[in-house]
Amino acid sequence: MCRTCGCSDGNMVTVGNADGDHTHILPDGTVIEHHGHSHDHGHSHDHGHSHDHGHSHDLGHSHDLGHSHDHGHSHDHGHAQGPSKVEILEAKVMEKNERLAERNRGWFAGREVLALNLMSSPGSGKTTLLERTLRELDEPSTVVEGDQETARDAERLRATGVPVVQVNTGTGCHLEADMVWMGLQTLKPDAGSVVFIENVGNLVCPALFDLGENKRVVLFSITEGEDKPLKYPHMFKAADLVLITKMDLLPHLDFDLEEAKASVAAIAPDARIMEVSTKSGDGLAAWYDWIRETKKVAAA
Amino acid sequence: MHELSITRNIVATVVEHARGRKVEGVTLKVGDLAGIELQALRFCFDVCTDGTCLEGAKLHIEQIPGRGRCLECDELVALEQPIAICPCDKRARLVIEAGEELLIHSMEVH
Repeated sequence: MCRTCGCSDGNMVTVGNADGDHTHILPDGTVIEHHGHSHDHGHSHDHGHSHDHGHSHDLGHSHDLGHSHDHGHSHDHGHAQGPSKVEILEAKVMEKNERLAERNRGWFAGREVLALNLMSSPGSGKTTLLERTLRELDEPSTVVEGDQETARDAERLRATGVPVVQVNTGTGCHLEADMVWMGLQTLKPDAGSVVFIENVGNLVCPALFDLGENKRVVLFSITEGEDKPLKYPHMFKAADLVLITKMDLLPHLDFDLEEAKASVAAIAPDARIMEVSTKSGDGLAAWYDWIRETKKVAAA
Repeated sequence: MHELSITRNIVATVVEHARGRKVEGVTLKVGDLAGIELQALRFCFDVCTDGTCLEGAKLHIEQIPGRGRCLECDELVALEQPIAICPCDKRARLVIEAGEELLIHSMEVH
């Protein structure tokens, strides 16, 4: 249930800014836009109507009516129902997302925007790292924040003064290229800026969805164990940079740093590895340098 | 559970190609290294096809084993995980040659 407009949710995706304007994407791709301000005026009736839209989609059983047409056909079956035939499609399942990711990539390239897709399991420190990065990096930045529910992370990040758009994926466990596209329409990042895309905390699903980003940054904290990359190879194999986080906890844990790096190298031999502690600030200078350097290369 | 959104893509693509015809079966090619849980995919298929021209269609899955080639010893290595380093002595770079496929191979229509 959308707490702003009361829309029922299902598998709906919600994209929202700080004004309460937000957009729902229904499972069939239908887009419903709601404006936070219009709630204060008597326009709520209009909203009611757009709900009806939602419902008619939910019904989806209007398709069933379509079946009665099929039944009509079944009368013809006496003649028409021969053996079924096989049609070869050889269609890539991920093609639609890949096409939309290409659109994002072109959008970023045309504006010389550096887009970084930050991924990790929940709780490995993405939001905390971003909070500090946004305060210290000194580069024009915006954030697309993905979470299943709530705008809590977006609110934390907005407190740094940087524009943030929250994408709530509902029951979805990852961001897809079209969600990022919608986020960009709300954010309108400046040319030459950095767009941080904080993916939904999940080490499995986000790995399969190209968002059109320039680089993939995967975080894993030292409380998670050295063999995380071996257990979640799909996520790590496409990483350009692996940040080993919470390094300040090292004295308190039996964490073998060299073994952790070897695990990364076995899956992603080309990935850069950096050790950071957002709490102490150790290693962050290298992370900031990497962002600036990557941005220069992306714009070249 | 990315299988749900992947299955939606599969159903949408087949519906588009079927152009209203009844679909009796769909054959997928899924590599063992594609990161897809087949049981979840089958479950989602039944849910997502409900009320479409694929309702009741059989889902056939052709699994493609993972295979990599070592750049050092040129050996073909069977892979269960997408590792990038050959388990051979030289621990050299391994290039994945098969197993990452995720294709709708064909559909059976009336």
